[in-house]
Amino acid sequence: MPGITREEVAHLARLARLELKPEELDHFAGQLDDIIGAVARVSEVADQDVPPTSHPLPLTNVMRPDEVRPSLTPEQALSSAPAQEQQRFKVPQILGEE
Amino acid sequence: MTTTTDLVSYEDALASYDPVMGLEVHVELGTKTKMFCGCSTELGADANAQTCPVCLGLPGALPVVNATGVESAVKIGLALNCEIAEWCRFARKNYFYPDMPKNFQTSQYDEPIAFNGYLDVQLEDGEVFRVEIERAHMEEDTGKSTHVGGATGRIHGASHSLLDYNRAGIPLIEIVTKPIVGAGERAPEVARAYVRELRELIRALGVSEARMEMGQMRCDVNLSLMPKGAEKFGTRSETKNVNSLRSVERAARFEIQRHAAVLSSGGTIVQETRHFHEDTGSTTSGRVKEEAEDYRYFPEPDLVPVAPSREWVEKLRAGLPELPLVRRSRLREEWGISGTDMQAILNAGALEPIVATIDAGADAASARKWWMGELARAANESGTALDELAITPEQVARVAALVSEGSLNDKLARQVIEGVLAGEGTPDEVVDKRGLKVVSDEGALTAAVDEAIAGNPAIADKIRGGKVAAAGALVGAVMKATRGQADAARVKELILEKLGAAEG
Repeated sequence: MPGITREEVAHLARLARLELKPEELDHFAGQLDDIIGAVARVSEVADQDVPPTSHPLPLTNVMRPDEVRPSLTPEQALSSAPAQEQQRFKVPQILGEE
Repeated sequence: MTTTTDLVSYEDALASYDPVMGLEVHVELGTKTKMFCGCSTELGADANAQTCPVCLGLPGALPVVNATGVESAVKIGLALNCEIAEWCRFARKNYFYPDMPKNFQTSQYDEPIAFNGYLDVQLEDGEVFRVEIERAHMEEDTGKSTHVGGATGRIHGASHSLLDYNRAGIPLIEIVTKPIVGAGERAPEVARAYVRELRELIRALGVSEARMEMGQMRCDVNLSLMPKGAEKFGTRSETKNVNSLRSVERAARFEIQRHAAVLSSGGTIVQETRHFHEDTGSTTSGRVKEEAEDYRYFPEPDLVPVAPSREWVEKLRAGLPELPLVRRSRLREEWGISGTDMQAILNAGALEPIVATIDAGADAASARKWWMGELARAANESGTALDELAITPEQVARVAALVSEGSLNDKLARQVIEGVLAGEGTPDEVVDKRGLKVVSDEGALTAAVDEAIAGNPAIADKIRGGKVAAAGALVGAVMKATRGQADAARVKELILEKLGAAEG
C-alpha cells in the first residue's frame, strides 16, 4: 500500500526542520512506504481484543511524591549552552511568530 | 499599532449574529515540584537555578509524574462534574520553539484525564448559565523568553532571545469548554463569569492560587459568529493569553464587533491566533493557526499510563470541599443579606477576607462593615486588592472585638485601622502608641470632669442654676482633655450629677 508522496515527505521534513534535497525526498518517500507497510502488517493480526500498546511493560501509575530534589546549578545547566547571556540560554532571533 | 480595525456596534453585531465561544484556561498548579521532575517551582529564584536534566531535555533523562499533580487534575475534573479516565496516557506535542528545550511539550492528546463535565456560573443578575466542559488534561508550562534588541521586549525586531527554564515543566491543567452557544448578547459576560467561577473553584480546591496577574491562570478566548438562527458555526479566531477577568470580557466583546464587521461587509474570517492589548482593549493578528496534526502528537514512551483506580477517585470525590456557588448561597443566607449585597462583596473581592474575619471571631455584620467600608476605601485609594492590604483578617477581627467590648468607638477604630495599614503594628500596638482608647474608666473620667468644673466656675454656676444647655461647654472641655477618647454621653451625665442638675 504505497501512499507517501514527495509532498508529504517535504511537509514532514519542514516540521522536523530537516533540509532535504529533491532526490532525498523520493528516496525517503520509498523508505517511509516500506516502514509503514511493515507496521501495517501488525494491524492485520491485531484484532479488537488486542489493546493498542505504547509501552512494552505492563506498568501503570508510576509516580513520585511531590518532594523537592536538588536542581543543577545555573552554571551546570548552562555549561553545554552554545551561547549564554545574563545567566540565560541565548538563542538566535525567533522567526515566524507574532 | 497604526492600523485600525473595522468594528460594528455591539448592538448591531448581536442583531445579525449569534456568538459561539470556546474557552481554554491554563491553570498552573501550586505543587512544590515540577510535573515530571523534582525541581522546585518556587517563584523568584535566580534564572536557570531550578532546572535539571529532565526539564532541560538532556539526553537519557527520564521523567516521572508528580503524584500531587495527578491528584490535583482528578480533583479539578471531579469539581467540574467530569468523568475521570480509567486509563490515559501522556503525549508529546512536537514543535520547534526555544521555550521548550526538549522540542516537545509533554501533554495529553486524545486521552485526557477528565472529560464531559460542566460548570454552573452565576451572572451579575443572579441568572445561572451552564458551561459544558469538554476536557481537562495535564501538561507542563514552558520556559520564559526575554526578547532582546527589539522595541519593548517584543519578538518583532529582536536580535536574539534569552531563555530561563525555571518555569519549564511546572504542572499545568488545561481546561477546555465545549462550544458555548446561546449566550447571545451576554456571551462576554458569560466568559468573564466562567473564568471567575473557575478561579474560585480552583482556589477552593486548594490546588493553585490561580492569580491571573501572576500568570497562574491564563485564558484563550475562541470566538466565532454565525448568522442568527444558523446552526453551523463560523470560522473562529483564538485570542491568546487574556490575563484578567475584565480582559476576558473585553476581548470577547471586541472580537464579536470585529467579526461582525468582516462578515457583514462580505469578508471571511481567517482562522488565526490574535493578541489582546490591555491598553486599547483591541486584538491584533498573530499567526495563522497550525493544523493539529502538525504537532505530530504521539504517546509519550518515557511515561507509563495513568490509571486512577475507582476507589481513589471516589475517595477524592468524598473529600471535595463545598463548591463556591453552593457556599456563596449558604453564606448569603447565614448573613441574611440580599443577592445584590453578595454580588457587591464578590466584586470587591471581599468574600474570603470577610469569611476569614468571621472565622477569627468577629460577627458577620462588623466583618462586612469594615471590609466593605473603611478597608474597601483604603484599597481603592491605594489601587490594591483587598487581600493585599497590610492588615490581616485576624487584625480586623481584633478591631471589631475592641469596638464591641467598648474600648474603641467607630471613630477611634478607623484610626486604628489607618495605623495598622500604615505599618504601625498590630491593632493593640496602634492603640497603645497612638493612645487611642475610649476612656471608660470612671475614675479618670471623674477627675477630668472635676478639672473641667474647677477650670470653668462661671459655667458651672450657670448649670447649678438650672441652665442644663450650658453643660455642652464642659463636655467639650472634657473631650478636649481626653483627646476625644471619652464617651460623651457618660461625660454629660457625670457633669449634671456633680452639679446637682437634672437633664431637662
